[in-house]
Amino acid sequence: MMKRPYAILLFLILLLLLAGTAQAESIGQLTDTSFGEQVKRFLSLKDPSVRYALLGSILLGINCGMLGSFIVVRKLSLMGDALSHAVLPGVAMGFLWNMDKDPLAILIGAVTAGLLGSVFVSLITQTTRLKEDTALGMVLAGFFAVGICLVSMIQRRLPGGNQSGIDKYLFGQAAAINSDDVMLMAVVTIAAVLIMTLFYKEFLVSSFDPGFAGVSGLPVKVFHYVLMLLLAFSVVISLQAVGVVLVSAMLITPAASAYLLSDRLHRMVSLAMVFGVFSGAMGCFISFLKPGLPTGPFMVIAASLFFVGAFLFGPRHGVLLRWWRRTSRSQRVRRENTLKAIYQVLEARDFKGEGVSLRELAERRRETIEEARQQSQALQRNQLASLHEDGNLILLTPDGWQRACAIVRNHRLWELYLTNAADYPPDHVHDDAEKIEHILGEEVVRQLERRLDYAKTDPHGKPIPSLDDAQKGGGSPGHDELIGYGRNN
Amino acid sequence: MRPLIFQTATRTPPGRGSDRLKAEMVEDTEKATKTLAPEEIPLEIHDMTVAYHKKPVLWGIDLTVPPGSLVGIIGPNGAGKSTLIKSILGLVHSSSGWAKIFGKPARKNLKRVGYVPQRESVDWDFPVSVMDVVLMGRYGKLGLLKRPKKEDHDFARGCLEKVHMLPYANRQISNLSGGQQQRVFLARALAQESDLYLMDEPFVGVDAATESAIIALLKELQSQGKTIMVVHHDLGSAKDYFDHLLLLNMRVVAFGRTSETFTLDLLQKTYGGRLTILSEVAEAVRERGQ
Repeated sequence: MMKRPYAILLFLILLLLLAGTAQAESIGQLTDTSFGEQVKRFLSLKDPSVRYALLGSILLGINCGMLGSFIVVRKLSLMGDALSHAVLPGVAMGFLWNMDKDPLAILIGAVTAGLLGSVFVSLITQTTRLKEDTALGMVLAGFFAVGICLVSMIQRRLPGGNQSGIDKYLFGQAAAINSDDVMLMAVVTIAAVLIMTLFYKEFLVSSFDPGFAGVSGLPVKVFHYVLMLLLAFSVVISLQAVGVVLVSAMLITPAASAYLLSDRLHRMVSLAMVFGVFSGAMGCFISFLKPGLPTGPFMVIAASLFFVGAFLFGPRHGVLLRWWRRTSRSQRVRRENTLKAIYQVLEARDFKGEGVSLRELAERRRETIEEARQQSQALQRNQLASLHEDGNLILLTPDGWQRACAIVRNHRLWELYLTNAADYPPDHVHDDAEKIEHILGEEVVRQLERRLDYAKTDPHGKPIPSLDDAQKGGGSPGHDELIGYGRNN
Repeated sequence: MRPLIFQTATRTPPGRGSDRLKAEMVEDTEKATKTLAPEEIPLEIHDMTVAYHKKPVLWGIDLTVPPGSLVGIIGPNGAGKSTLIKSILGLVHSSSGWAKIFGKPARKNLKRVGYVPQRESVDWDFPVSVMDVVLMGRYGKLGLLKRPKKEDHDFARGCLEKVHMLPYANRQISNLSGGQQQRVFLARALAQESDLYLMDEPFVGVDAATESAIIALLKELQSQGKTIMVVHHDLGSAKDYFDHLLLLNMRVVAFGRTSETFTLDLLQKTYGGRLTILSEVAEAVRERGQ
């Protein structure tokens, strides 16, 4: 986003032009149509009120995603929550100003209330022993309570109070957005995008390391307050679409999803904006399908679904992939241990005789026949061995033989290294080597060999299979592919 | 004679010892800085007092650091070592006194300071790369609104090279070990191209290789005529690492060449026992303030 900010601005202006060509139409006409027709109506974008609602939701997504990212990395999520609740009395006061839904009056009232709330928070933390989380919790609830009282008062005083639209500020109603609202949202969003783009590097350094930023000559506090002010504005313009109760979720959730998926701030910001836009649009769409559905909850559900997706499927930190990586690693370790056991069985009888029976493997691994059978089948699936005589005889393939040699070699080299270089007694090294053998790469093994002067036997006197041994295994006469014995053949 | 105020076993009688607050500035250091013009003195502090929550942590600090010195700031826990650095930089409010950097008020001359904060002072899960962090060192020179250019990237790469961290340039910082994190901070300070470096415990929690790499770098900076002040914990290595020592325990116990300040007597004054009167007065001030 920070690389091409002008593209975003251009996009915003295009959207605005789109909205400008629309004729204002009453929202009341949108009721009592079938599901399919509503979908068509939404997607065709012919209806101006649909356009306003969608545009408003998109602007909301851009704004919340961008500022939310900075809120999340500055660990101010709770602040965003408190601020959004604190604006409600201001919204009501703005409405009371001339008993109308005048966007500007509401904006001024809400921003004032929001700033007042944050002043209270810092007043409480600075003059008492109470900590910030407590102060935030109190101010949040207190302001919200006052706001609810004012809202219900307005509704009672107005004839047919529900038409006032003030109640829409609680849970959001994108369909109530009109052209004035969209204009205001656009102005605030463009201003926020401009400021955050121009001062990206300042916001980056003052978020990461405020002390260092101060020493670099940055007015860290000014940037903090600018961010808080932008946050207050973006909360206020989002209220109509998403509502006071849930606006903080639109700030935090898309940014949190993006945080899981990216490890650079500028990428996180762009991704959070994308999530915000899609969540906003989806919430707007769903609430449009049936009259009277609130927008906010659906936006937040959409944003939360994105989060679940990022949580489960994220390429680096995703739970599923992590689980899959762990499982496949432990399966590989199990296969390698089976190969090692087969090698050891063969070694115990000087590599004489054909293959290894299941019983021998089971004895070696101290397991039941059934477990040994499962493991041998796993080897077969991975083309490391083939099974004969009803699966009772295991013959290693050349690949399997090489792998088995490599594991045994890793194990014994590491044991030798620990006893020689790290002065471990020989009876202390086995358990460590059991783990390391699966991790050592070819390069490290070569280094180990060099350091150990290409030693032939491990600390317990057993021969270390060499590379030659691993190669030779494949050439046993009559069994070009299937061998399970005889490097001496 | 050992001043009464530093004794731990016997309590100083009230009204005595108050005239012995002045630090033992070793003579030749004092002389060395007296002949210099003010703009040649990297750091001069006069009567600086700092209090946290009404409890004083630094009392009337006077200090004149000669140019090109490598100063170790040592003292027990709670002696105010980090606070001293932060108050020079204006990150902590000082209730009295002033600090001058190359003859100008410190806050107006921060451009000539390179700063290495404590490693734990930032969130190492923050979504930035090693390169991003080092580029932050260039921000002060760039000024507002300007983006880092190719020269800045090249310069930052050079700084990473100096701390042997160039291969990690594109890593996210959370994948680094403690020693690597410290070297990234050091590279960022190098990118500031300063004349005075203030470092807050750069040796804490780093491996031996990093420690020797850092000390080699500090010596190199010193040979280029830079002045470096390092908050240091380990008395054992302080003697070998630094050519000047600032012995600090709420006030300057001594400042001067290592050969003259690293003495049993002075170290005992710094570490041995608490400064009875000062901490008592501090406690009293705090109580009255509440």
